[in-house]
Order: sequence, then C-alpha cells, then structure tokens
Amino acid sequence: MKKSNTKFQYKRYSEHAILIQGPSKIDETLLENLLFYKKSIEKFYGKLIIEVILSYNSLLIYYASTIENVYDEVLTLKSLFSDEFENQASKKRLWKVPVCYSNSLAPELSSFAVNKSMEIDEVISLHTTPLYTVYFIGFLPGFLYLGGLDEKLFAPRKSTPSQKLEHGSVAIGGNQTGIYPCDSPGGWHVIGKTPVRFFDINADNCCFASPGDKIQFISITEEQYNDIGLLVNTSNSIPESKIL
Amino acid sequence: MISSVKIISSGLYTTIQDRGRFGYSKYGVPKSGAMDFQSFSLANAVLNNDENCAVIEWTMIPPVLEFEGDTIIAVTGAVCIPFLNDVEHRMNCQLQVRKGDVLKLKSVINGVYGFVGIRYGFQSELCLGSRSQYNMVTASSVLRKNDTIFYNNCIDFSASNSSIHVPVFWNECSIIHAFKGPEFDLLSESQKGDLLHMNLTISKDRNRMGIPLDESLENDFESMLTSPVLPGTVQLTPSGKLIILMRDCQTTGGYPRILQLTKDAINHIAQKRMGEQIKFKLKKTLE
Repeated sequence: MKKSNTKFQYKRYSEHAILIQGPSKIDETLLENLLFYKKSIEKFYGKLIIEVILSYNSLLIYYASTIENVYDEVLTLKSLFSDEFENQASKKRLWKVPVCYSNSLAPELSSFAVNKSMEIDEVISLHTTPLYTVYFIGFLPGFLYLGGLDEKLFAPRKSTPSQKLEHGSVAIGGNQTGIYPCDSPGGWHVIGKTPVRFFDINADNCCFASPGDKIQFISITEEQYNDIGLLVNTSNSIPESKIL
Repeated sequence: MISSVKIISSGLYTTIQDRGRFGYSKYGVPKSGAMDFQSFSLANAVLNNDENCAVIEWTMIPPVLEFEGDTIIAVTGAVCIPFLNDVEHRMNCQLQVRKGDVLKLKSVINGVYGFVGIRYGFQSELCLGSRSQYNMVTASSVLRKNDTIFYNNCIDFSASNSSIHVPVFWNECSIIHAFKGPEFDLLSESQKGDLLHMNLTISKDRNRMGIPLDESLENDFESMLTSPVLPGTVQLTPSGKLIILMRDCQTTGGYPRILQLTKDAINHIAQKRMGEQIKFKLKKTLE
C-alpha cells in the first residue's frame, strides 16, 4: 500500500471517549487506513476495554471506564498508527444484492426517472453498474453507508420526509444510496426493494457486510423477489458473495 | 425458584433497561440503557445487586405491577409514592414483596424516568449482552399490558430498614455541564455567546433517542460528513434547533456536534420535564 501520510487530529470527546479525525473526505485510501488503525487499536486494548466507532474520516474510541489521563491515552493511540501498514490479506467480499425495481414494489421509481429526464431502464442500469464500497454501518442497525453512486443519480432529499419507508427499501438521498434495514421515516427516494435482510439478531454476524466490502445491486423480477423473500424468511439466508 | 411479574397496566413507554450494549456500534446498534444511570445504579445498590442488573424504567406515567412470588424491590428516580396493596411505602429503600402483591406508584410532578429494581434483576431476554429493550434488537421495544417478566425469588427477608435520602437536584439546578464538541470551534463568537448564555427550554418531543430544545441558534454551517456520536452529544440541526442525543441515539450523525454533556449532566437532563429550562456551562477540557 502506498504511503498516504494521513494526518490525524486527536480530541477528547467525553470522560469516556477520544475522537481521532482524519481529513474531511470520502476516500478509499483513508478507509483502508482507518480500518487498519481500528484493528491495531482493538488488538492493543482488547475489545472488552474499548469500542471503536468508525465513520468516513474518524474513529471514536469509547473506553469502558473513565479515561484517567487523556495525554497518555493519546500518546498510546498515536503509537498504534503506522503509515506503513501493510495491506494485510483482509478478506474483503463482494456481495450481490438482488433488487426488484418493478413499479409494484417501487412506485416512486417512475417519478424519480421523470424528474431526472431519464428512462426507467437507464436509472436501473446506472444504479446496478457500480461496485459500491461499504464505508461503515450506522444510522440504524444494519444500515450501510455506501460510496460510489453515479453522480447522474444524485437527487436532493425530499423536503418532507415520508412517514414510513418499508424495510428493504433501496433509496437515493443526496449523493448517497442505501438500503433501509427496518421500517423507518426517511427523506430518500425509494427506487427499488430488496428481500435481503441486513440486520439479523439471530445470526452469528448480525450484519453480513463489513466496512471495506463491496456491494453490487442485481436487478431481479417480482417473481424472483418473492422466491428469495420466502427463502430469507425461512432460512435466514444471506446473499451470494465472492472474495475480492 | 423463578417467579414472574405481570404488567397490570403499562404506564407510558415502560421498558426493561440495564447499562446497555457495549461493542455493537459496528452493526449500527445503539447503546441504549437506563436514561438516568444514577437512579438506576441506586436501585441496584439499595438491593445489594450486581451493578448491571436489569430494572423496569417508566416515563412520567408509572406502570402497575403484580408479583407472583416473594422478593425485594426498590423504587428510585422520578419522585413518586410507592403503594404495595394500597399501603404507602418509601422510595430508595428495600421493599419486601409477598406473593400476589400489587405495586402502584403515585407520581409526583418531579422528574421523568422512574425505576423499579428487583433483587437479582429482571431476567428478560439477553440480546447482544444486554436486556435493554430496543426495536430490531429485542423481540419487543416496550412492555405492554399482560406481559410477564421472570425474576429469581428472594426469600431472605433479613433486610435492613435502612434507606437513603436522595436530594432531588434536577428540579432546582438548571446548569448542564458540557465539554466542547468536535465542531464547537467552528461556531462564531456570537453563536457561542447564544449557546452558553441563553436559557434553553426542553421541548415536548423528547424521547429515549434525544431531547430537542425549543430555541434556535443561527446556523450557517456547511453540511458535514456523517461522523460518530454518543449519548450526550448536542447537535446543531440545519434549522438551527439543538438536539441533545440520549441513550437510544444512532451511532453516527451528520450534524455538527457542538457540545458533549458530562456523564452526570446526561442523567440530570434525562429527568428534566418539557418546558423546564436549562443553561449550558462549559467544562474545561484537556485537548
């Protein structure tokens, strides 16, 4: 991995937490650095002592007990970062997420296309082409923050949020696309629906995708949607994937 | 022996809570946990429990509970008068409960979140290391009428009559101590002045996720990247309204984090009612 010379700022966040913040950008190299840094910190402290919250450009280190001496902790944290992190053989996966874009399941898609002066097929094609990067999980249990939406599909959020977006809704808001893992109010435009569950409390790994993984949306018919839906409900199945 | 408590009437937003979840932000799972840790901890301390034993938390309107077997309970938090089978008792001390006893709480208008602790803790489902109820994580998100919750009987009634006087500070003192948040220094001098000198009012839309304040601040921030947040983080929303994130808050948020409440201040503000006023006071931080 090439040197990134990433500069981090360290700030006390609360009695229990220290924030490590990198440059304000959405960037895969920064993500790699943060993922390695997170791993290095967790290895040093042990996961029971700290919890590390990841976002685009920060790590929030939350300690189980009050931080006695912030200076010492910051020095320790600084010593755990190296610009020369070797690109470890981390198991990154590409998840193929089936999405039905048909009118009955995503009635807003047609008005979205009209607003964009596009054909519906063009929207679907632009949405299913990229390999989206999973940056982190937040907002709701199992909600993936994805990078890589085609800028032709950028669309301002609705001025009045919908009262209820159903779980599995695949939506676009601003320069982001995402999947609602549970019913929730939301201001994003729903353009499709997936039968896949993104948060399952009974699975060993509550959310199958991890930061650094890739997601690709695969267009499916309504019939396929129903078939996969049955499968998901009976066997907690997760989507197909391959190691990158 | 195992008994259960039956919810005769649910009160308002009554839930099971402990200290919450640690280590699951990687899935976007909120911490949850008792809104007022101090009153929660007191309930367990009075009962000689482990500090993370689960309690029942109620909001403004208390539940009515019927106990199927002998045990010891304690009532803490929002001020109320406990009645066992219509006999008046005190808060913040051990109360002996016999098979079939019914607990009613007469709420006094002081505080928001009340707690009923039980010897050995309530034994509801343990999900991701915690019994705190939260939608998507536990099977149900609140306690409802006729729900039953298990507990281990306690027949050792050698309990003392000691109790503790708890000063109810949250009604009088309106100073809320906070550290500078990561985006505090981006505020202009006049914004900082408003933030630290204005009397701010608790909004009616408060819940376990957050407490909005009625007043607005001038806000000319550019949008920022979604970043980590914690309970106690004060966000400045695009409309200029302030929201104090509470125990069920998201793990990440996209609004500037201008203050971070101290841990005592989080407990304090949890007990503030709608319409009550507060004032933020900065606590010196070590950078």
